[in-house]
Amino acid sequence: MSGAFLSADGLAPNPLAGIDEAVAERLLGEALASGGDYADLYFEFRCGADFVLEEERVRSVGRALIVGLGVRVLRGDATGYAYTEELSAARMCEAARTAGQIAASGRSVAPVALARLPRSDTYPVPEASLARPGADKVALLRRADVAARAFDARIVRVEASLSEEWREILVFTSEGRLAQDRQPMLRLGVHAVAEEGNRRQGGRSGTALRRGLELFALPGHTPEEHGREAARLALAMLHAEEAPAGPMEVVLGPGESGILLHEAVGHGLEADFNRKKTSNYTDQIGKSVASRLCTVADDATIAHARGSINVDDEGNPGRRNLLIEDGILRGYLQDRISARHFRSEPTGSGRRESFRCQPLPRMTNTLLLGGQDDPEDIVRSVRRGVYAKHFSGGQVNISNGDFVFSLTESYLIEDGKLTAPLRGVNLIGNGPEVLRQVTMVGHDFRLSEGTWTCGKDGQSVPVGVGTPTVKIARITVGGTRTP
Amino acid sequence: MKTSPLPDPRRCQERAEEMLAYARAAGADAAEVLVRDGSELQVKVRLSEPELVKQASSRALGLRVLRDHRAAVTYTSDFSPAAMRQFARDSVELCELAEPDPLADLPERHEMARTVPDLDLWDETAPALDAAQALRLAKRGEQAALQFDTRVANSEGAVMGRVMGATAFASSAGFSGGYRGTSLSLVVMPVCDDADGKKRNGHYWTASRFTSGLLDPEAVGLEAARRTLAKLGSRKIATCQAPAVFAPEAARSLLGQLAAVVSGGAAWRKSTYLAAREGTAVASPLVTVVDDPLAPRAPGSRPFDGEGLATRTNVVVSEGVLRIFLCDVYSARKLGRRSTGSAGRGVGSGPHVGTSNFVLLAGKTPPSELERVPQGLYVTELMGFGFNPVTGDWSQGANGFWIANGSRTYPVSEITISINFDDLWKSIDGVGNDLDTRVSVQSPTLRVSRITVAGT
Repeated sequence: MSGAFLSADGLAPNPLAGIDEAVAERLLGEALASGGDYADLYFEFRCGADFVLEEERVRSVGRALIVGLGVRVLRGDATGYAYTEELSAARMCEAARTAGQIAASGRSVAPVALARLPRSDTYPVPEASLARPGADKVALLRRADVAARAFDARIVRVEASLSEEWREILVFTSEGRLAQDRQPMLRLGVHAVAEEGNRRQGGRSGTALRRGLELFALPGHTPEEHGREAARLALAMLHAEEAPAGPMEVVLGPGESGILLHEAVGHGLEADFNRKKTSNYTDQIGKSVASRLCTVADDATIAHARGSINVDDEGNPGRRNLLIEDGILRGYLQDRISARHFRSEPTGSGRRESFRCQPLPRMTNTLLLGGQDDPEDIVRSVRRGVYAKHFSGGQVNISNGDFVFSLTESYLIEDGKLTAPLRGVNLIGNGPEVLRQVTMVGHDFRLSEGTWTCGKDGQSVPVGVGTPTVKIARITVGGTRTP
Repeated sequence: MKTSPLPDPRRCQERAEEMLAYARAAGADAAEVLVRDGSELQVKVRLSEPELVKQASSRALGLRVLRDHRAAVTYTSDFSPAAMRQFARDSVELCELAEPDPLADLPERHEMARTVPDLDLWDETAPALDAAQALRLAKRGEQAALQFDTRVANSEGAVMGRVMGATAFASSAGFSGGYRGTSLSLVVMPVCDDADGKKRNGHYWTASRFTSGLLDPEAVGLEAARRTLAKLGSRKIATCQAPAVFAPEAARSLLGQLAAVVSGGAAWRKSTYLAAREGTAVASPLVTVVDDPLAPRAPGSRPFDGEGLATRTNVVVSEGVLRIFLCDVYSARKLGRRSTGSAGRGVGSGPHVGTSNFVLLAGKTPPSELERVPQGLYVTELMGFGFNPVTGDWSQGANGFWIANGSRTYPVSEITISINFDDLWKSIDGVGNDLDTRVSVQSPTLRVSRITVAGT
């Protein structure tokens, strides 16, 4: 492998190499020339590759190179935004001026001299996966494929894919902040299809973490384990039964169920909705918003986690933010505009999908912290209910907290034991109400290492979720079987 | 305010042909190039104040190269000649990692499009819209909502957007062409406080390829306010079975899910419950679905497909019978047939089956007549991801209204509705005459005779 994609240190020659303080100060000056209060520059370089193995054959390999600059100018709460993919002086300057037009007139604020933010790294990698030969990654896919097909003769199709990304960002602000980060991401996904007579079912397993190829030597993440897990899930669901419909007790398994927290609570705590008073959590700080068993944090500092960030996309350090403590609302996730509105400090939560997008307050890794209960006791305490193990995703109406979650693996609980696997199950409810219905919290906290991506205003960002086993006294299960 | 140069399909086509030449020179047996050049204007007004003005142009190039039936798909935004040459060389080298697949090849030469029909997708007046005008239009829309009723006390804002884009495609199989298009939209998003302190939000929007096709901002604002106010007092209902009437917005998401299971890609992978059902009834006889890329001025129209084939109107479901799977070249070869000219293509991905204007043809029944049931659910919105295309298991969150004695009574939320997708399509017993043509997946109102509702 050679050329523009790869160089001695394993990556493409960094097109941001020529971007220094002098360039930035000139552009910030240009951006504020029409009279904005604040400006920032967001330089991004992304190098990615992907491999797909299907029908035991590497069907396609892909590569992508993306470079660009986003310029933002603020005047009061108003944002002017422009971007360019061409990092020539003329184009960058044009973007700065275009963004600056938001401040049609007014006093001009001069940018402050730039100072570099000290760096810490929660996701150092021994070597970027992109620097390794492509054949190594193909070999990983083959291992997953072989393991999935060998799991059971009823596995009739396997698709395995691997994608890797290296993202470099440089943020300069007119308040003198200069921040830089390198954000690796490595993802493996396996999809297996099982067939028995006329029945077919699919199962998925995968992971996405900020790591190099050493990821696949970690317990639980070898390609074989993901291959077998996808196969197991497809087989388990072959004989799944129709799910009941109506309100019942639900036990959320550890790890992935954190998606419920992300949707049901997390979005409502993003400060933009609260600043605009369009969230159910508006003006609730210091008040009880959940069962006192619930303590919720958003933590950008978990080593190698998918949602972790060393710095956010406004140049503030990523950190751990306590959102709900023993049921009491403690704070929101802030971006710069909201932090100024609430006169609070930034929480390192300003994130964007790419240089084409303005930052928004976003989650990183959202967690419900562990409690006192034994997970087995939690299941034993349920006479008739549903045990939720794997989710395909969820959606929330942020204004009022109404949500839906779709389950890909779930079981009926009868007399304290898991019995029949269920098919096509949704959970539906209201975030604040469900958090009040939490009656038991296990001591088995687990971070999901799955591939979670959060969408908001058309922008996707990688996130993490985590939770221990949790019992919810009453939630509506959307099945097909009416009582 | 200054304006940047308009997206130019001819310039894109030149870039595409240039890259094609580099790829051939680098040793590709075959190659195809997609170039997109776009310009975006988006403004947002909230509580009458500007919140966002975003303006930018952007461009990107997607390349697919084949050597010895090995494929690589690559993406770049760097158009300097040196970088393009290097990019072509690296892309061809990447093919080594793929494994030969005899079916992985470009279309046959004789299959390629010969002309690029003009589908009237470009509005000459669209470029004149500047940020200041767009802000005024958005503000008018939002104000109409805020002034409609004192209970509309808050707003998530009004967003006006315009996209102007050029697309060009060049293939070594013998095609090179380009076209350009505009699209405009305005959405207004009011918020009300309900009696129990819960927020109720709603929205309404207009969209068109032509400025003249947009509704007045005031009409959009008023309808947004009406829809939001109608949600006040929403409640859960008891778990039951009932007929369900899907408003066009909700019916459209059903139709989008149908598109996924009539795709040739899903058919050869057997990842659709319809895999073996071609030629059989898969829906009620009231249902006819076409994919129509050639409709003038329509949002999903395209004069050629993602592999450079001429596009054509495909009847997918005719009076309930599944006629064809929509295919790109690869899935057609896998199924032993010809492409239906249905390849979609993004700069960041290779060709795949993608619908254009996917339309469930309107019936003759006024939607109000479809609501004439003793009781039932009127569905305005669907939520969540509860659809398994392999089995047809289908369960989604829903909002809407409870129908009693033929008319909508109170608003309903926090429920799910469930049915097998195959049964859903077969039990459609009414198709409205109110086709919603604002987006590329288009449906009228639909009624399903019986569905499971999970609530209290």
